[in-house]
Amino acid sequence: MRRSLRWLIPLSTLPVLVLLAYGFRSNPRDIPSPLIGREAPSFTLTAFTGEPISLSDHRGQVVVVNFWASWCYPACYEEAPVLEQGWQRWRERGVVVIGLDIQDTDDKAKKFIADFGLTFPNARDVTGKVSIDYGVFGVPETFFIDRGGRIRLRHVGAVTTDVFRTTVERLLTES
Amino acid sequence: MIPELGQGVLLVALGLALWGGAAASVGGRAGRPALIESAQHAALGVFTLVSLAFALLIYAFLAFDFSVRYVAMNTNLGTPFYYRITGVWGALEGSLVLWAWMLALYTLIVVLRQRERARELYPWALAVMFVVLAFFLLVMTVAAPPFARLSPVPANGRGLNPLLEDTGMITHPIALYLGFTGFTVPFAFAIAALVTSRVGDAWITLTRRWTITAWYFLSLGLLIGGWWSYHVLGWGGYWAWDPVENAAFMPWLTGTAFLHSVMIQERRRMLKLWNISLVILTFSLTMFGTFLTRSGVIASVHAFTQGTVGVFFLAFLALVVLASLILLAWRWYALQAQGQLDSVVSRESAFLLNNLLLVAAAFTVFFGTVFPLLSEALRGVKVSVGAPFFNQVNVPLFLGLVFLMGVGPLIAWRRASPENLRRNFLVPVALGIAGAAVFFLLGVRSAVAVLALALTLFVAATIALDVSRATRARLRGGERLLPAVGGLLTRHNRRYGGFVVHLGILLIVVGVTGSQAWSVQRESTLAVGETTELAGYRFRFDGLQANEESNHFKVVGRFSVSRNGSRPALMQPTKKFYPQETSPIAGVDYSVGFWEDLYLVLGDFTRDGRQATIKVQVNRLVTWIWIGGFVLTLGTALALLPERRRAA
Repeated sequence: MRRSLRWLIPLSTLPVLVLLAYGFRSNPRDIPSPLIGREAPSFTLTAFTGEPISLSDHRGQVVVVNFWASWCYPACYEEAPVLEQGWQRWRERGVVVIGLDIQDTDDKAKKFIADFGLTFPNARDVTGKVSIDYGVFGVPETFFIDRGGRIRLRHVGAVTTDVFRTTVERLLTES
Repeated sequence: MIPELGQGVLLVALGLALWGGAAASVGGRAGRPALIESAQHAALGVFTLVSLAFALLIYAFLAFDFSVRYVAMNTNLGTPFYYRITGVWGALEGSLVLWAWMLALYTLIVVLRQRERARELYPWALAVMFVVLAFFLLVMTVAAPPFARLSPVPANGRGLNPLLEDTGMITHPIALYLGFTGFTVPFAFAIAALVTSRVGDAWITLTRRWTITAWYFLSLGLLIGGWWSYHVLGWGGYWAWDPVENAAFMPWLTGTAFLHSVMIQERRRMLKLWNISLVILTFSLTMFGTFLTRSGVIASVHAFTQGTVGVFFLAFLALVVLASLILLAWRWYALQAQGQLDSVVSRESAFLLNNLLLVAAAFTVFFGTVFPLLSEALRGVKVSVGAPFFNQVNVPLFLGLVFLMGVGPLIAWRRASPENLRRNFLVPVALGIAGAAVFFLLGVRSAVAVLALALTLFVAATIALDVSRATRARLRGGERLLPAVGGLLTRHNRRYGGFVVHLGILLIVVGVTGSQAWSVQRESTLAVGETTELAGYRFRFDGLQANEESNHFKVVGRFSVSRNGSRPALMQPTKKFYPQETSPIAGVDYSVGFWEDLYLVLGDFTRDGRQATIKVQVNRLVTWIWIGGFVLTLGTALALLPERRRAA
């Protein structure tokens, strides 16, 4: 072996290390939803207040569908105030927030809504059909739907003020 | 109170570890005993502090101190006492505490055992241990602090991942981590050998016991992991080629290769470069394993939650790999072999081939594990590599290894004569071939199964041949049978300890072969009172029953199981619903036997409890895997006994 060639040994590991570093760029949990760009599955449920909630009633509006549960601590507890503030701030401009409670009991869910003083429409997905239609893996997950009724973003984990603001503003500026 | 105290303790420990590393290396370079002494004190100090941090964390768990974020995330008021202790290392931050504690313990043992021997190597080895320790302490103080404060303090915590509520959780991580961290010691001495250019046998002799111990714990950790997944996960398997299982398996493969290749260096002064490379590779793979589990780069059932920790681990992995290999290149000429291979038909070449196969297996596992990443980087497509790939590539390699396991210990060094071959292998080969014929006639049709069993028979015969020959020689010397065998085992404990370990591996091969080839399963939906049958067993569904447990809700299926009209036994597989988990967790009911295990998993059921789906499996020979693990333990203990050969 030529004298200088031995220094190639440490160098040869660089591609592997670079590949591993590349791994940080992708998130394996971020399973690309086949629903992105597709029409959001429709649903009609009964809200905790008793009125019906239907996705089709909000065509032409930007809709934020949030899947949550009262036992989902701490992520759902972190994002509940964010969602409420977002609803208060953007509802005038035609943004709707819909909360869907899954795998929960009625009383615990109602207590959660009361504790956080949530005023946006919330319903229980009793049969789990809606969460299956949306391919929900776990709570919380949030889907942002544009005015044309298409899912544009699927957010896994607690929604932050940043994510809410930038996504909603982007969808609002689109015609 | 506890958050601040814990953070402070870890910070001081980090400072001490850094000092220890600096003092040991400067002391080693300049030959100043006072500095080395100071480093030794630092080792004791770090161990005490990390022990204290560990104790504090356990206390926080037992006392439900939810002001510690980690406690709040991994326990709740309903968590039973036992799982509050195992919960300590149930997630990322706590697992690092356990890891660091073991590393500190090993460092202390190195100080206690090696400070009188190996004056030149020891300070550098100590310095390397300190560097690794300092890295873990750095991660614990910066990236994944176990004592981070949670405020406001919640009234209740989230709870432990229910899959971890199992007795295996105390032994599996401990064994695995003892194995992982154990390889730090041979690595530290290898680096010391490179730095001081004393790349002869000294470092190998010093670390032989360490390597065997680390290897043993890694084996045990893998086996208990298999046991856990078999009895808890409820899919009836013990190995899934999951990235994290692979991460523990790769260092096992290269560690096994190292255990064998050092024998050639001891005997023939060959393979110096290869041995150092294998240790570096093994240690790097343990670091790669921790990176994989804790970075979230590759999805896995085992993955801890991610964060910035991954970046730290990758940076450290890069440091380890690059620094070691630069040292290796620097000492390139000192590492050239003195001996040479005389013949292809020799023990050296059998060992070389064994190494080649083991490293090839490690490489394929590595390739399969990072392939999803590679594919995404190059083609932008997410793919996953499943069990078929791993099985297809590795089964032939493993069969080759089993064959070599019979050849290696009996073939002559340097050049095997036809006489040597005939004397040692004629009978075992004949037995193996006869066995293959018998298995075939008995109706075994899978080529892999026939081959695996025949090879097992061949290897067992070589071992029996060797033991009986050596015993007969002693009997001729006038000894009685029992003392003769006992003397053989204790006087030549390295050799015969190795044989016993090989026997353990053979039993595992039998278990794996049997469970792959002959297990059967059936899934059926039954109404109350209906029955289903499988492999001579009758299962009758007797109804469902619901229980409220301290931290979950449990549905129990009641099944009467009978065989050939024998008195029915009650089996009760369950499904547990934890409030913090989205999907229910299966509770398997099983009965274990030497020949076959009965294994029941409860599937879906109707709300009214009138109907339920049940998965029934009859798994054959699985028990031999666990028995093999026990035999392997005995063999390792034998090999680790102090050598009495020279004294005799």
